Parts: sequence; structure tokens; C-alpha cells
Amino acid sequence: MSRTVTAPTTPLLETPLVDEHRALGARLVPFAGWLMPVQYEGIRQEHEAVRNGAGLFDVSHMGELHLEGPDAVAVVDSLVTNAVKDLPVGKALYTCCCNAEGKILDDLIIYRRGEDRILVVCNAGNREKISAHFAKHAKGRCSFRDASDETALLALQGPKAEQALREVGCDAHLPELGAFHLADGKVAGVDCIVARTGYTAEDGFELFCANADAPKLFRALLAAPVGVKPIGLGARDTLRLEGKLSLYGNDIDETTNPLEAGLGWVVKLDGDDFLGRDALRAIKAAGVTRKLVGIEMTGRGIARHGYPVVVDGQTVGVVTSGSPSITLGTNIGLAYVPVDKAAVGTVLGIEIRGKIIDAVVVKTPFYKRQPR
Amino acid sequence: MTYPAELRYTKEHEWARVDGDTVRVGVTSYAVDQLGDVTLVDLPAVGTSVSAHARFGEIESVKTVSELFSPVSGEITAVNEDLEGTPEQVNEAPYEGGWLVDIKMSDPSQLDGLMDAAQYADYIGKLEG
Repeated sequence: MSRTVTAPTTPLLETPLVDEHRALGARLVPFAGWLMPVQYEGIRQEHEAVRNGAGLFDVSHMGELHLEGPDAVAVVDSLVTNAVKDLPVGKALYTCCCNAEGKILDDLIIYRRGEDRILVVCNAGNREKISAHFAKHAKGRCSFRDASDETALLALQGPKAEQALREVGCDAHLPELGAFHLADGKVAGVDCIVARTGYTAEDGFELFCANADAPKLFRALLAAPVGVKPIGLGARDTLRLEGKLSLYGNDIDETTNPLEAGLGWVVKLDGDDFLGRDALRAIKAAGVTRKLVGIEMTGRGIARHGYPVVVDGQTVGVVTSGSPSITLGTNIGLAYVPVDKAAVGTVLGIEIRGKIIDAVVVKTPFYKRQPR
Repeated sequence: MTYPAELRYTKEHEWARVDGDTVRVGVTSYAVDQLGDVTLVDLPAVGTSVSAHARFGEIESVKTVSELFSPVSGEITAVNEDLEGTPEQVNEAPYEGGWLVDIKMSDPSQLDGLMDAAQYADYIGKLEG
């Protein structure tokens, strides 16, 4: 048995929680230049803990950019596809950030902390690119600060996440803190930004704190009586895929646009101008040529990133993500296919090690949580 | 981690149990620990020829696809069909119910090139640093 492991060429960055992960027996692997826990107990157990209970992720590798001042909202709005100016204070939104061709530079969560205070959270692998991009465009009465190196981020996710937060003590008003809301508050005595956001298709919170406070917060949450398990990046990926949440570098990148990726709902073509709007208007007017669809394997095989989609002997598309669905017990994936092959029920072939294995286009998301 | 004394081992973490001119092949408990939950095993059909140190199939966990290498040259005489429905047997019993294939050896002297349990344990110790 052998796997290809690429040795990192530069030293890996470590989050303030790396010693906690080691003490918990995590398997640490290189990810986007960071040494990150891929699993503790096992992907399956961790996945199920988040779906049925509560799990805690160290996602301190993500980037945090602060833009402040009377022009901050306008600056951010000029760079993202969604409309931040319509976002009330204390709320967050998901968006794409595109180049002039309408291709995706990154996907972001924008948090409106005040009338003139914006927090942008970007992917670890895009942090340098996005940080430079926002710094360059932060003109006029808008300050820019990249706080990634001093900020830790913990994601507490699952149906029992709110109970865990109450148990460790949280002075943010949780019942009023609906999905995609945020507030400053103390959690287990640690100053945090508490946001009801996540990447698991489950209820949950993301807690931003100073690096120095992260171990205290991490330990307190894992000790909550309701039971909180540490969760690695392996289960983070299987959880997000079931919710059809895009993974940058897999499903979206600088060769894809938000309209074909099924992210048209975060593209406001009729509002104010933003980088890439004209290109996206033209793409919309002409119609997209391919779509990112959900697939379920009907034959025996697991689709993986990069596998060809084959119909009638012709390669027509490509798988961008795929794995077993731990919740559903099926093998699922995402693939770009031509629009005439994108309807639910369309039979596709996935080329797996030279063999064509049947799959079918299915409705997404694959998994939807029960309402609270 | 257990490495039964009666088995022979490859550097790619397969084991071989010799029975006359046939070997039964599986993956070691170390391999299973590295893989995590096995979700699919892709094995060749009975009658397929395999070569020592060459790929003969794949084993997939939730997140990874790994190649399987044959410890010896020969012909596949049996495939563990149970793994199609219950691949988790590889995790639960890697040396028993989780076996992969039987191979009729064409050159039994190739067994001399495999590690014994003590050598394999030593090899794992070095891998783990």
C-alpha cells in the first residue's frame, strides 16, 4: 500500500493550538502551508459527533482582514459580488471575490461589526493574495489591517453547540444571535467575536479570539458537560460536501465563475459596480456553458477530485469533490457538466482508474439539517 | 499494533501468509491505522496475473486512495468477495476476515525478499522516527 505524500518545501506554520492537538493524539498533516489536525478519533466518529452532538475545529489558519473607516463598506463592496452596504450591523454574509474576468479569487465571509467596521475572513491558501488585493484597494477613509497572525479561530458546530456555549459561559445573547449574526462577547472568560456561522451544514458558532487565549477557550469548550469532540479537517471536508458548501481549490478557483458554480445567489449584478461585474453580466447574458452539479454513484466506486465525467465515450466534465457520505451511506460528489447534462436524474459515467462507473445527477444539498 | 509472527511483510505494508504454493495477502494493522475507515477495496478478478512489487488493486478510505502492491508474482486464485459489502472488515480484522486475495506463486523464492515480523516492526519503528 502506498500513497504519494508531497514533502513541504518551506517550514509549516503552526496554530496556537498545535500542542493541544498533539496531546489529543491528532494526526497532523500539511494543509495550505499549515500543520493542521486531519483527524483525532477517526473521520467517521468525528463526522457523526458534529451531526448529532457538538464538535470543535481549530481553523486558526484562516485569514482575518479588518477594514475600518467611513469608506470601508464601499471598498469591500467594490471587491465582492454580494452587497455589503445592505448588510445590517451585527450580521454576516457569504460572498465571492472575483477578478475582472469574473473568475473566483476566493470565497469569503464578510462580518459587519459596526457601521464602518468590516471583518473579512478568507481561506488560508488565499490569504496572501486576498490580503494584498484588499490592502491595495483600501483607499480613502479606509484603514486595512491583516490580523491573521494574531487571531485564532475556533468553530463549535453541531445541534448541541449552543448548549456547550451556555455551559462554558457566554455573555452574548444567544437566542437573538440567529444564523449569520455576530456579537462581541466573553466565552469561558475569553474575549471573542461570536458569530453564528460555520462550514458544516449544521447549527454552530465561530469564535475569533487572540492567539494567547486560544488554548484556554479550546480546553474549556472540550470540557463542556454536553460533550464536545475535537474535529479534524478530514471530517470538515465530508461535512461541508454533504451541505454542498464549496471548497476553494477543488470546486471553485481562478478558472471558474460563480454563476456556473451555483453561487449566483451571492452575485448582485443589478447593484453597485464591483470587480468582475461586467464580465459576469456578459456571462449571464450569454448563458453559462457548464454547471456544478451534485452526483451520487450508482455503480461501485468513489468519485474523486479530477476524475473525468464521461458520456457516450466522450469526456464532458470533471469531478471537483467526492467521498463517501457518512450521513447518507452513499458515495457522493460534485462535478462540472455541460448544461444539457445537468438536470436531476441525468445518468453520467465517472472514469475511475480506466473504468466507467455509473452516477446520477441528484438534488443538492445532499444533507439538510432539521430546523431548530 | 500487532504483526503476527507467521506472516511475511512488504515495505508497502502488505502481509503474506504462506500455505503451500499459495499466499493469502492483506494489509497490516499499521496500514489500517494510517488509512482510517476503509470504504472500498478494488481487487482484480480471479485468474489475473500479478507481479511482485507491482500494483494489483486499490484500497480507499474516506479521504484517500492507496495502491496495493503484490508481495509475489503469480495468479489470483481467490478474492475476498465479502469486502464488497463490508469493507470495514479490513479495519476490524486485517489479518483474518479483512484478507484481500490469494495468489498462486510462480516463484516461491520471492518470499525470501520479504520481511519477517521482527524486521517489519523494526521498519515501522524507523518510519515513525
